Amino acid sequence: MARKINLKIWRGTSKDGGLQDVTVDANEGEVVLDVIHRVQATQMNDLAVRWNCKAGKCGSCSMEINGKPRLACMTQMANFAEDETITITPLRAFPVIKDLVTDVSYNYEKALKVPAFQPPADMKPGEPRMQQVDVERSQEFRKCIECFLCQNVCHVIRDHEENKEAYSGPRFLMRMAELDMHPLDTVKNRKEMAQDEHGLGFCNITKCCTEVCPEHIHITDNALIPLKERVVDVKFDPLVRLSSKLRK
Amino acid sequence: MSNPVNMERFKYDVVIIGAGGAGLRAAVEAREAGLRTAIICKSLFGKAHTVMAEGGMAASMGNVNSNDNWQVHFRDTMRGGKFLNHYRMAELHAKEAPDRVWELEMWGALFDRTKEGKISQRNFGGHEYPRLAHVGDRTGLEMIRTMQQRIVALQQKDEKEFGDAQRYLKVFAEITITDILKDNGKVSGVYGYRRETGEEVVFEAPAVVLATGGIGKTFKVTSNSWEGTGDGHALALRAGSKLKDMEFVQFHPTGMVWPPSVRGLLVTESVRGDGGVLTNSEGKRFMFDYIPEVFKEKYADNEAEADRWYTDQTNNRRPPELLPRDEVARAINSEVKAGRGSEHGGVYLDVSKRLPADVIRKKLPSMYHQFKELANVDITQTPMEVGPTCHYVMGGISVDPDTAAAEGVPGLFAAGEVAAGMHGSNRLGGNSLSDLLVFGRRAGMGAAAYVKANGENPVSKDSIDKAAARIAAPFKAGEGPAQNPYLLHAELQQVTNDLVGIIRTEKELAAAKEKIKDFQEKLKDVQVTGERFFNPAFHIALDLENMLLVAGCIAGAGLIREESRGGHTRDDYPKMDPNWRLVNLHCSLTDSGEIKVEKVKLPDMPNELLNLFEKDELSKYMTEPELVNMKGGSH
Amino acid sequence: MSTGVFSPGRAKLSQKTLRKDKWWLQPLVTVAVLLSFIVYTTFRVFENAYYYAAPLISPFYSPCLSKSCVEGSSLLGAPIGIVRILGMTLPPAIWILVFPLGFRMTCYYYRKAYYRSFWMSPPACAVAEPHAKYSGETKPPLIVSNGHRWFFFAGLIFNLILTADAILSFRNEKLQWGHVSVGTFVLVANATALWLYSFSCHTCRHTIGGRLKHFSKHPVRYKAWTAVSRLNTKHQNFAWISLIIVALTDFYVLLVASHTIHNYYLF
Repeated sequence: MARKINLKIWRGTSKDGGLQDVTVDANEGEVVLDVIHRVQATQMNDLAVRWNCKAGKCGSCSMEINGKPRLACMTQMANFAEDETITITPLRAFPVIKDLVTDVSYNYEKALKVPAFQPPADMKPGEPRMQQVDVERSQEFRKCIECFLCQNVCHVIRDHEENKEAYSGPRFLMRMAELDMHPLDTVKNRKEMAQDEHGLGFCNITKCCTEVCPEHIHITDNALIPLKERVVDVKFDPLVRLSSKLRK
Repeated sequence: MSNPVNMERFKYDVVIIGAGGAGLRAAVEAREAGLRTAIICKSLFGKAHTVMAEGGMAASMGNVNSNDNWQVHFRDTMRGGKFLNHYRMAELHAKEAPDRVWELEMWGALFDRTKEGKISQRNFGGHEYPRLAHVGDRTGLEMIRTMQQRIVALQQKDEKEFGDAQRYLKVFAEITITDILKDNGKVSGVYGYRRETGEEVVFEAPAVVLATGGIGKTFKVTSNSWEGTGDGHALALRAGSKLKDMEFVQFHPTGMVWPPSVRGLLVTESVRGDGGVLTNSEGKRFMFDYIPEVFKEKYADNEAEADRWYTDQTNNRRPPELLPRDEVARAINSEVKAGRGSEHGGVYLDVSKRLPADVIRKKLPSMYHQFKELANVDITQTPMEVGPTCHYVMGGISVDPDTAAAEGVPGLFAAGEVAAGMHGSNRLGGNSLSDLLVFGRRAGMGAAAYVKANGENPVSKDSIDKAAARIAAPFKAGEGPAQNPYLLHAELQQVTNDLVGIIRTEKELAAAKEKIKDFQEKLKDVQVTGERFFNPAFHIALDLENMLLVAGCIAGAGLIREESRGGHTRDDYPKMDPNWRLVNLHCSLTDSGEIKVEKVKLPDMPNELLNLFEKDELSKYMTEPELVNMKGGSH
Repeated sequence: MSTGVFSPGRAKLSQKTLRKDKWWLQPLVTVAVLLSFIVYTTFRVFENAYYYAAPLISPFYSPCLSKSCVEGSSLLGAPIGIVRILGMTLPPAIWILVFPLGFRMTCYYYRKAYYRSFWMSPPACAVAEPHAKYSGETKPPLIVSNGHRWFFFAGLIFNLILTADAILSFRNEKLQWGHVSVGTFVLVANATALWLYSFSCHTCRHTIGGRLKHFSKHPVRYKAWTAVSRLNTKHQNFAWISLIIVALTDFYVLLVASHTIHNYYLF
């Protein structure tokens, strides 16, 4: 049942490193993370890899497998040809710490900059009434497991380190959209903030975030583009601005 | 081999170990009480095992069935735990759970809704009414994210006020804590190392909250992630506290059994709550044969009534698939042993014939994906194969119900899975998420009150030196042949699986005790290669020591308790014995590091709570003298 | 100074991508199809002939608003007259193409397509792009894409006109009503494809309901939004289908107007 698999695993630190060849057994029904664990237990005891739930729910084992950003626990070995050499590297948009582990602190810094949910000031716990249709859009975005694969694949920062300052990435722009669509959120200027402080304009909707999302969230179509349209409402569309002024 | 190591030093009022639901809730409470609070997590922030919770969070809000109230919830919890629960914890939990759910909503959580726009509630095993607030089947994720975002909200407030987001509340990710430091007989801080760099850290703090979760990784087939290595249990033991009820380990009845790489992975109970049925290889719905005497009145004894229940719950009894988890796990175990199992050694769980495909995808989205992507099975078309998996430990640190203070160690607090008492001998599904928040909050309050009353307690150099020596050990060669920590871990898991699993006997438990002692010897010879810097072999070597202590307590307590109750089933003592209900087993360490187990009397339930039950029902659980002494007897 | 995946601190690898699949295929096909369309359109616009064969008019030339339009093709008169630049008469189609082309240039789907395939920003996911700097749609000229909705509304007017053209094609060559030819099918298909492309558009989705915070307070708009959302998942398909059909429609009219083929009448 077991077959021999050839892997190339990136090993090293932020200073230096490269791909190392290793051959290991793989059994039926296994995923890439199983094989990495076997390498770790039998050949490279100190191979660094992040993982937690091994069920695609925590988003820890993000890495690049044959150049594609993926969760190692959700990538079945059966996807690869018998004689294929599988290349495994750490995420390439973030600084590497060791082997397959990268420093993802960029994401936590950006998370801190998204203004928190703010319910109406006079609302008491237990009072909220929301209809299912009103919460569904934001619920989709709350499926996010924060694997940061979308952040990793987004060329705005992957290919341009210097944009990290001005751009929060798909994960946190989606969070802005989530809150802007939250039926009870009262923060007024999220749209302006999305454009001015989180760099929504950098996004050129090339949809790689959606392609890599392991939760199959329609990040581009349901979060980023609707958010862009909302930004147009407040920043680029005099008619909408006029009509909302008149209504007040 | 070990390099000279740097040591970082921090000073806080409260240090919280664990960033799951309980830890984060405790942190929020401590910060709001004005204390400088550190949260330490073993992995990245937001990855805690809480994300794995699927079904929901039990709270008697009565949104779906207005007959529900805290008394009903309390009764269900006590029944589920076979009356071994600490009554006060079950009471606090039942009373406070609704507030904790509503509070989450004010922090931005988006639960599924009822038609009136309230929080929707679903049915679950052991709960008399639909009671679980939920978001599809990813409720745990919703909870952890909401708590995480609440922490961020507090940090943003601090940034506005003090110009420093992390001045009062800081998250330290990827740090393993190896020791609780004590000076003057009280907690003075914690010691550990950064997983990324191997650098050592000391946190000086008069109060420490343990919220480290479970012990699943001690077992071979488990739904727990790698973090469930019983760290908090072991930390408390070594600090001189006591573990209670460790013999009670919950095996979730429905874990995946195929393919091998996902063996143990959870299949949420909502599959059954929403209409899924269990069948054996003969196609029979076997759960009707396994309804125990104490539950006969509450569960349907025929398929017709059971099926009617899904649409009319007032006039029908619930299907036996929704019996408490221990009953269902044992039933599956018996079917498989009797040769009526599925192809890969489980039984079948089928929704495909009971619900339309689009309803399944809508109600159980993550189950649908889990099976599609990991097992290549379409659950809308074919049945799932499931079997018991180690899911939860009812046992843990013995705590004071109101303040969450750990027994025997001033300044130590515990909440969530690492604490014991709330669930008795068996936990009901949905009670753990609410447990996290109810007692997480109380632990935060307890710690804050303690710090305000007791002030600082500086760490001595001596305490630090001792803790540092323990961390260095895995890199030093032992006397025997060098041991591979991964293999030792696998051996331990095999032993717990074979000898202290779902069904236990005296002989097996005694053998397990011996094996565990052997492993503890071998552990001294574990030798880790490579550097300290992000070295998983080093990490697991330290975790192993914790798992061995936990396994030792489970085997030790299991050997003493000569009855079957909840998460502890003895083949040689298959009946529940009312005399054993009066006893909790407490596990502690002697001065020489040996595991000691002793009997302690369970606190008496006050009459106003006893009176919530029919005397008839109590007589199934209680001894004659207890019943005689009781006043009244009906509600 | 290396940037992107070669920045200091990131995992050291010399390859721009480690993808082994044919990631270059999709951008290549996109370039091929879009280029063919552009070449064909440009040719047809400047050809300034064979765009009307009663009752069929090419979508590139409708509405024909110039005095230079061939007889019978000017449905709405000739308000533009004749415009010459450097002595050259500008063909009537040039005025028309500004709007549909603008609609497509600013379309959220086409933006993805041409940013990837023409601009290689990025050429494919996890393939390093060749540019040293990137500012996306934060400043001119690309910030103009935020005006997509104006082109959307203009596009709707064109859809109405092309729908009228399709209705007018239920006539024979002598412009008598009640006849159906192959050309009728072609023009109806063209109008349908364009409506589907417009209705499935992200701006349409936003306008019809997406901008609302509380769907439950606007049940009709919610229903409409749900329908448009369903179409929206196919926006990419409609974008390509409508593009190809428009070109084929024009080509059919070309063939008929140049007497290469005969517009066959069913009745």
